[in-house]
Amino acid sequence: MDEKRCCVTLSVQPSRGLVDEKFVILVQNSFPSSLLTLYAHHQCEDGYSWHAFAHYTSDATGAVNGVGSYPRCQTHSHVTRNADSFSCFFAFHFTVSEDCSTGGTYSGVEAMGLLWSLKPVPGSKPGLRMRKKNVQAPMVVTISVYSGHLTEGFEDQVPLAGVEVERWYMAPGVRRIPVTEDGLTATLFLPSGPGPFPGLLDLWGGGGQLVEYRAALLASHGIASMAIDYLTCKYTMETGKIVEQDYFEMAYKFLQKHPKVLGSRIAMLGLSLGTSVILKMAVHSQIVKLSCAVCVSGSHVQPMDGFLKEMVDYLGENCGNARFTEDNEVVWRDVLLPIPTDLSLKVDVGKLQCPLMLIVGEDDQNWCAYESAMDMKGMMERAGNNHLLTLLSYPNAGHLIEPPYMPHARVSHFRDVLSQQKMMVLWGGQTLEHSRAQEDAWRKLLVFLRKNLYSGAKSGSLSLSNL
Amino acid sequence: RLGPVRWTKVTATGCTASTPPILSVRPSRALVDEAFEVLVENLPPVSPFTLRSLLHSEDGDDWEAYGRYVSDHSGRVSVSEDLSFGGTYSGMEPMGLIWSLRPVPGSRTGLRLRKKDVTTPMLITISLYNGHEDFRDNSPLVSMVTERWYMGPGIQRIEITDGELRGALFIPPGPGPFPGILDLWGGGGGLLEYRSALLASRGYVCLALEYFKTGQMKSTDMSFEYFENAYHVLKDHPQVIPDRVGIISLCLGTIVTLGLVAESTEIKVSLLLTKTYEFNKIRVDENNHQIWRDVGLALLQEPSMKVDVAKINCPLLLVNGCDDQNWCAVETADDISKTMNAAGKGHLLTRLDYPETGHLIEPPFSPHCPAGNIIMYSSNQKVIQRYGGKTKPHSDAQDDSWRKILSFLRHHLYCSQKAKM
Repeated sequence: MDEKRCCVTLSVQPSRGLVDEKFVILVQNSFPSSLLTLYAHHQCEDGYSWHAFAHYTSDATGAVNGVGSYPRCQTHSHVTRNADSFSCFFAFHFTVSEDCSTGGTYSGVEAMGLLWSLKPVPGSKPGLRMRKKNVQAPMVVTISVYSGHLTEGFEDQVPLAGVEVERWYMAPGVRRIPVTEDGLTATLFLPSGPGPFPGLLDLWGGGGQLVEYRAALLASHGIASMAIDYLTCKYTMETGKIVEQDYFEMAYKFLQKHPKVLGSRIAMLGLSLGTSVILKMAVHSQIVKLSCAVCVSGSHVQPMDGFLKEMVDYLGENCGNARFTEDNEVVWRDVLLPIPTDLSLKVDVGKLQCPLMLIVGEDDQNWCAYESAMDMKGMMERAGNNHLLTLLSYPNAGHLIEPPYMPHARVSHFRDVLSQQKMMVLWGGQTLEHSRAQEDAWRKLLVFLRKNLYSGAKSGSLSLSNL
Repeated sequence: RLGPVRWTKVTATGCTASTPPILSVRPSRALVDEAFEVLVENLPPVSPFTLRSLLHSEDGDDWEAYGRYVSDHSGRVSVSEDLSFGGTYSGMEPMGLIWSLRPVPGSRTGLRLRKKDVTTPMLITISLYNGHEDFRDNSPLVSMVTERWYMGPGIQRIEITDGELRGALFIPPGPGPFPGILDLWGGGGGLLEYRSALLASRGYVCLALEYFKTGQMKSTDMSFEYFENAYHVLKDHPQVIPDRVGIISLCLGTIVTLGLVAESTEIKVSLLLTKTYEFNKIRVDENNHQIWRDVGLALLQEPSMKVDVAKINCPLLLVNGCDDQNWCAVETADDISKTMNAAGKGHLLTRLDYPETGHLIEPPFSPHCPAGNIIMYSSNQKVIQRYGGKTKPHSDAQDDSWRKILSFLRHHLYCSQKAKM
């Protein structure tokens, strides 16, 4: 019997967590001075394999219960793979959240590195992006610890120990309700409990479909959230026509009159093209009265005359500004540049009356989100309503700023619903900074939503303790 | 113990629908031996609230616990940090909403909370009510469901029904092999899997063994061979490290265990949680609950009725409740200790004696059962047995003993370099 194999134990707490919750990985009983590789494996719903790995070193310094003194690692954001001069000493256990990886798909002290640095295994089809479709089942990740510093061949070696970890978009008690009334193609997620709850409309971008995971996660945080399909919805599929403003007003009214929703506390959250819809509605709709809006990676540039169809046409007219990289990836960010000065071509956010959070990545290669945000800031400063604006701008983050710890896709296959074209799109972002941005943005987004959707009590400060 | 508390009642309007409170339970999905944090925010400051937990058991009974809190000036109540001013628990008790669960008023008597289907979680609803008065007629302001699991993700559960052996085997995820544990319950009979599932979640291949069905006992079931057979099935399993197998037992199972470890040369470690026999010295208390303590005391005087513990060659951990009304656990432990010391085996023995703790020392946060229904295996009659213990000390004992049990198992089955004593 291999004595060495017998000893090492691996635990992950919590073993069943929400997608945006941190976990703690603890390796115990490793032999002195052993080189270890932590490895994560996930098979996504489309059947592709993803993996991540990191190199650690353990060094026994004494006490039987593994607690000893050891020099603390510094947090390094930019530790390179070949950091020979840099080593970490541990008691004969180590904790990923406290100790340093010296190489792998991430390095440094990264509690959640095994998740956000997940990449398709070598030999995979290019352009993959991980997105959960069935939010009622968890994402299952196998986390193992191997002897030695491996970079490949994980399938051929038997690990020292392995555990399974579940990551959930839906907290217990959250209810998923498909919505088809009023001509809508949507899914409502109600938080656990009697309610009523503040509400939120969740819009994605040009890829269409009914994307549920972010709404499910927000419901797990106490917000009745409705994910809406507005490009490939039943109406559009049957008539061939793009929806108009009243489609979104119908969605708003549906939430407003829902018995489990507080009609006076409704927000909208959108990414990419979804931002265009939200900004237009927030300023120009007579029906939609938002408590607040969150716009991720989008722009206010659109023809004021008309709505979504006209926006789509406008994008089509300007698609000549699109470029291609040497790898034939589409770069769309110039399509709306330069930001027009003509007020008939952009939403006048100076007229906005609700708090607005803009989240942009400065390496967004798909939309000119940063330039748009700067322009919006200027408009609001001149109009005197910039106290409503919270601007989060992240260097080296790309277009797809999603809930935290999910793998970053710098490039992926994309099927543009509007043009029906399939292509490889460059979204942008450097993995480490993009992942940090996702974590920070999500936390701030939740605080912003809570402040604007839950405030009213005399109590004041809301803690970040749950985030 | 807290006396009546005086606080200035603030004329706050309390919570209204327009200022919804925010309740969170983290983690929302946990193993049953893991703690959680219950936090409420966005409340009116310095106002009274009641937090209540509710569980609907597999048997159809409702269990509840509740604590009375006062929000701080930032409108916050944190169960981990704030005092409960009364309810089913008081003081600073992060897990009071779980360990002080008890049947709701009007329930059947003699209930005991035990999960039979370990593949699903216990669902506990935590709710917040305005004020400190009786909440039963009110609607909660906010509530949240939390899951408590015996089985971690990736644990395999295999029913054992081949041949004579009846039980359930739990195998942790990972390449293995793992140390193994044979899990023996007590006089209630039947197959109880939850402790085995939990031990598997902590890294052991665990076999929960059924050795008689509730209410029935056949002489063959109690034969030495049945248990040795079970021990071998476990030891020979490809996912089990053959020289790292132990036994955990409670109540009647401990007799078996002692017999096995004394007479068998192979068992690595064993761990006993109180014990019982069945004889005629049963007393009845003011509630007509049976007290069996004296049965054991009588038994201790009879050398022929005792396993010869001098023959034990493996580390032994005895966990005893000092207020055990079912068995004289402490006296028994004294007797075992005396015998083993005389035989030079005292270094193998570890004892944990917990004050004001009863007979049923279960995994942490399990509700304390001071008396419970049991079907007598000899007569098939239902009686209520008194188990003893006071809720708070008993719950603390469960928490402490579980950690020490896990550390004992880890030390001998995971860390120890020597295969056998």
